[in-house]
Amino acid sequence: MTEKSLPAWAQALPLAVVFVVFFIVPLLLTLMVSFWNYNEYEILPDFTARNYLEAFEGCAERLVAASPELCTTLKTYLTTLRIAVFAWLITLFLGFAIAYFLAFHVRSLTVQILLFLVCTIPFWTSNVIRMISWIPLLGRNGLLNQALQQVHLINQPLEWLLFSEFAVVLAFVHLYTLFMIVPIFNSMMRIDRALLEAARDCGASGWQTLANVVIPLSKPGIVIGSIFVLTIVMGDFVTIGVMGGQQIASVGKMINTQMGALQFPPAAAHAVILLATVLLVIWGLTRLVDIRKEL
Amino acid sequence: MRAGRPRSFYWLAALFALFVLFLYGPMITIVLLSFQGPDGGLTFPMNGVSSHWFSKLWNDGLPNVDIWSAFARSAWLGLLVMVLTVMLSLLAGLAYRKHFFGSDLLFFVVIASLIMPSIVVSLGIGLEFRIIDDAVKTYAPAGLAAGYDTAMGLFTSALGAHLTWTLPFGLLIMFAIFNRFDPRHEEAARDLGASPWQALRHVVLPIIGPSVVGIGLFGFTLSWDEIARTSQAVGYLNTLPLELQGQTTTVTTPVIYALGTLTTGVSLLVIAAALVAILLLRRRQLRTAAGVPKRPL
Repeated sequence: MTEKSLPAWAQALPLAVVFVVFFIVPLLLTLMVSFWNYNEYEILPDFTARNYLEAFEGCAERLVAASPELCTTLKTYLTTLRIAVFAWLITLFLGFAIAYFLAFHVRSLTVQILLFLVCTIPFWTSNVIRMISWIPLLGRNGLLNQALQQVHLINQPLEWLLFSEFAVVLAFVHLYTLFMIVPIFNSMMRIDRALLEAARDCGASGWQTLANVVIPLSKPGIVIGSIFVLTIVMGDFVTIGVMGGQQIASVGKMINTQMGALQFPPAAAHAVILLATVLLVIWGLTRLVDIRKEL
Repeated sequence: MRAGRPRSFYWLAALFALFVLFLYGPMITIVLLSFQGPDGGLTFPMNGVSSHWFSKLWNDGLPNVDIWSAFARSAWLGLLVMVLTVMLSLLAGLAYRKHFFGSDLLFFVVIASLIMPSIVVSLGIGLEFRIIDDAVKTYAPAGLAAGYDTAMGLFTSALGAHLTWTLPFGLLIMFAIFNRFDPRHEEAARDLGASPWQALRHVVLPIIGPSVVGIGLFGFTLSWDEIARTSQAVGYLNTLPLELQGQTTTVTTPVIYALGTLTTGVSLLVIAAALVAILLLRRRQLRTAAGVPKRPL
């Protein structure tokens, strides 16, 4: 490069500035404010563990009590984790199967691109609308309940179809399976087809090839997709709010509610705890693979 | 179908078809239901066919919400996010072809932003602007602080929040582009005496053009639909998806489906425009390539 060309650091600078101002500093402030104090009117600079202690207040006593039970905070975390695990398992299975179909069964590149586009287009449309669009299908008088009653499988409409954990997981699968498909498909496209032939020539059955060749070589995609889905789901409050009928508590929703009540320090403390949980999950997953190599 | 397909093909093809139905089915139902007659409700069966709910939406909007202002705000914000995402990703993408100080760290930060729970980002930006506001009100000279309310707003905090979400996608697409880019094209241009700017303008950009359109598509559509990161960082005036989210439990007529159909229509229009642009650019590339006599590079 001649001296007329803009130096690389200058080209990257605008992007870096955006992330410093709107990502790094906000995160540091969140960490800082999580140690601040507050009263009904304002937040007060301080260094106190109050917010963290109050987040889990009474949890230990209740756990070891004569009739042990979970405190609200732990219950909320457990609900969030349960929903995340269900959404993760289903999107992983579906995403893997669809990526496998696109990568190994569709033989023409044009058809591949076309089918890929068919999967992607909904991702570019509004998430809220995609959630609302389940109402006419799953509602008490929705299509599914009507159909089930028509064939006399049920006498009463099923209440748990909408505004329930089931609906939340369904919406997550609906919205985020793409996040699994893309990285897994990407990994699968890099698998040398000769390996599959070699496995077959050596007498491996279809399942054996899948278990011993395809899955190990798709691991980077599986890990990246899993990180996407788990982090999005664990921090979610919009989908859980809309599809849970504002009745299900999640960590994200708890933070959102506290922000609404202007209780910033406890909200920040919960955000830090959530972040630590998510980082732990990511750390566990990345132990399996070096992401940087896979891009 | 050709002969010799393994049985797994048919199972997976069936699964794929069901998945596509699962993806598009619900969307199709709300489009259908939005064209109900005036007596229609939130579920099937359809009560006649009309454009009643669209004209109601056009004339009255939604109860308690100025939906058209929100519509315009979201559209402007989306356009701005799109332009900035394309420009900043392109620049940074060019930078990553060389080495620069802190490139690994910056990459790490960008990926972190992508997988950071959105509520945490939103909370952080909200706090940041609150602290800025408090600082201005406390320390700024009286003349400046007098009319001051908040720095938070659509084109400050919300714009930043959107960029933390769209830029990672933009940068990753740039990486994918330059992984496949043959630097010899550019070197040839430079050998023929092109300045860096000329090489970029006449060689690099035409080659990567279609993918850059793709970045723009991500920029607009992700912003147009963003809720989680915007929620605590938006100030007084809400974006359209935030208004919509607030209305999901209160609106009990198909007017909400009409609005859903409309916003989905906007998304589909943008997607179609982007895809057509990509196709046209690709075709132009092929034509240009065909017109050039083949010579070893």
